[in-house]
Amino acid sequence: MNNMGFFSQIKAGLQKTRNSLMSRMEGLLARNAFDDTFYEELEEILIGADVGVETTLLLVEKLRAKVQEERVRDGDRVMGLLKELILEILGRETAPLQLDGAKPAVILVLGVNGVGKTTTIGKLAGQFREENKKVLLAAGDTFRAAAGEQLQIWAERSGSELVKHQQGADPAAVIFDAVSAAVSRGYDVVLCDTAGRLHNKANLMAELKKIHKVVEKALPGAPHEVLLVLDATTGQNALAQAQVFHEATPLTGLVLTKLDGTAKGGIVIAIAQKLQVPVKYVGVGEGIDDLLPFNPAEYVEGLFAAQA
Amino acid sequence: MLFANLSAKLQDTFKRLRGKGKLTEKDVDAALREVRLALLEADVNYKVVKDFIAAVKERSLGSDVMASLTPGQTVVKIVHEELTRLMGEQATKVTKAKTPPTTVMLVGLQGSGKTTSAAKLAKLLKKGGGSPLLVAADIYRPAAVKQLQVLGEQIDVPVFQLGGQDPVQIARAALEFARKHNHDYLLVDTAGRLHVDAELMEELARMQDALQPQEILLVVDAMTGQDAVTVAKAFQEKLALSGVILTKLDGDTRGGAALSVRAVTGCPVKFAGLGEKTDAFEPFYPDRMASRILGMGDVLTLIEKAQAAIDEDKAREMEKKLRRQQFTLEDFLEQMQQLRKMGPLSQLVEMLPGVGGLGKKLKGLQVDEKEFKKVEAIILSMTPKERLNPSIINSSRRRRIAAGSGTRIQDVNNLLKQFEMMQKMFKQFSKLDKGKMRGQGRFPFM
Repeated sequence: MNNMGFFSQIKAGLQKTRNSLMSRMEGLLARNAFDDTFYEELEEILIGADVGVETTLLLVEKLRAKVQEERVRDGDRVMGLLKELILEILGRETAPLQLDGAKPAVILVLGVNGVGKTTTIGKLAGQFREENKKVLLAAGDTFRAAAGEQLQIWAERSGSELVKHQQGADPAAVIFDAVSAAVSRGYDVVLCDTAGRLHNKANLMAELKKIHKVVEKALPGAPHEVLLVLDATTGQNALAQAQVFHEATPLTGLVLTKLDGTAKGGIVIAIAQKLQVPVKYVGVGEGIDDLLPFNPAEYVEGLFAAQA
Repeated sequence: MLFANLSAKLQDTFKRLRGKGKLTEKDVDAALREVRLALLEADVNYKVVKDFIAAVKERSLGSDVMASLTPGQTVVKIVHEELTRLMGEQATKVTKAKTPPTTVMLVGLQGSGKTTSAAKLAKLLKKGGGSPLLVAADIYRPAAVKQLQVLGEQIDVPVFQLGGQDPVQIARAALEFARKHNHDYLLVDTAGRLHVDAELMEELARMQDALQPQEILLVVDAMTGQDAVTVAKAFQEKLALSGVILTKLDGDTRGGAALSVRAVTGCPVKFAGLGEKTDAFEPFYPDRMASRILGMGDVLTLIEKAQAAIDEDKAREMEKKLRRQQFTLEDFLEQMQQLRKMGPLSQLVEMLPGVGGLGKKLKGLQVDEKEFKKVEAIILSMTPKERLNPSIINSSRRRRIAAGSGTRIQDVNNLLKQFEMMQKMFKQFSKLDKGKMRGQGRFPFM
């Protein structure tokens, strides 16, 4: 099936062990019989992509109604309808960063542990540097061992500057310093790293609120973007993550990382439906160029491409 | 959450059928539909769910469900038993080598928690009298070696590293080093990698050849979704996996990935990671995980923690006081301190049935550690007389207490109001039957 778009842009060096069999979807469509078994299979594909039970049932129910209403008999047309339904939720357009010409533009990057926040920041820094922007990174993860060092390496790779305190320092203070420094020294962009935190730890979520407040204080109108990084491998818990983070610090976008594996990250559909927060980027590798704008149409194609 | 309480749902399903006299296969199907949805919501892989439901159905039809007066509970029991069986026996021992060192490789996807887990395991082995050596073989991620070094320092375990050299070379050299320096455990932290990355998977296989490890532990994020099956399968095809470490279980995920991985690999989950601190590492209890996946809470762990921390006699005494409504601020303080011995309160609350995963509802219950310290300070600033009889605390006393505890008068007022409410609550409790009282009396905060 369709393998165009960012799923194919994944680094060429990465040899894939993707299932070479004809995709399940093709097999399904070839039957041209839209009975209960068909819809059950469809459900399984969606659930298998981590779309979640609730959203899957909703989608399939709507699809059934449409197929009946429009008396569709053709498999491709049915798939087209389903993709439409998903795009209605995800939005059709790419969602670029809304920095409103702010100088400096402040971007806060959040997420649970191990989703790829620091790597995402490194890649974003690389993109801004390519546009010849002056970039400052704030090492707001003062908790995890060597997190600052990790960001430092990304600063060097991308040619950005770094504001870093020692381990255990107050992250809000680090970020305040960085934003203030960016204001006075004329930086274009400040990318703020934060420590990974599970959303059910109230004290850590309160810390986020404080960080948000401090950024606002250092620069009225900031942060201009608050990005939640989600691991595509994560299942239904990602919805809870998005909900709780959104409550603590209103999110402006999602970054879906690790899409170069076999996970589809379908939970973003459920999140988009519940919170109306758009996916802005996808991560497809460990290199500095492996961050791409999220293209909903391509994503939906990928969702139904060969299941490994 | 939609399927937070499976038991209640099943109870409902069967209640509707109660009038029918005899349950049919169709009725059981309806109940199992709920089970299926609950498992899918918990991220158990859909193929695993299918097999599982088939097994449960067979047992349900053949057994006492039909005849049972409480078919809902019977189905839950069967589901729980089957889940526990599928999760396997508890297996938390590290298989030892005949001649040391015992070598353990930690493998997994990026961000699953390998480095942290390696440090935690090292600490655990050290505590047991061992002399572990950590090996930093993640040469790809920036500062990964440094991370392990910092952690090694924290737990006082040496870390072997050769900078950015080939991981297979590092493995060989580390083994040599461990033999020479009499380390009995060699814990190898490998780089995170995608299971579809043929080159890096091959590298792991070569490390396995070089090390001949006794254990290869797959580190799996408890929040992993449907893909857990694909990942586990791919790692198992390349390596002789011997067990699993399930990380980030201190989150509110139901953790269905545990079941998927177990079903696919047949390897036992040996350890669970429960936090970022190096001692937040526990043996894995399959039966409790089964309850958690079903959304039934981790009552057993809670009870065990309570038993470990709370003095039996004191608890009994407290219970008596509660029943006689002689519960004073002094007792309140004492209970609070005992409760805190059990570990971070947020973790305890999550173990309660129906609470885990209920992000929103949890708000009212959210127990803030700082709040507890404040309450402690306020009570400690009261005279013994005041603690016994809070009604004498007038406004000038309130002022004094606030100043003494470094809080505001509103905080003192709040505490007194809460305490009054609690006393009222206990009055209602004591009207309940005594059997129920016994369970609840010990944790008035919950």
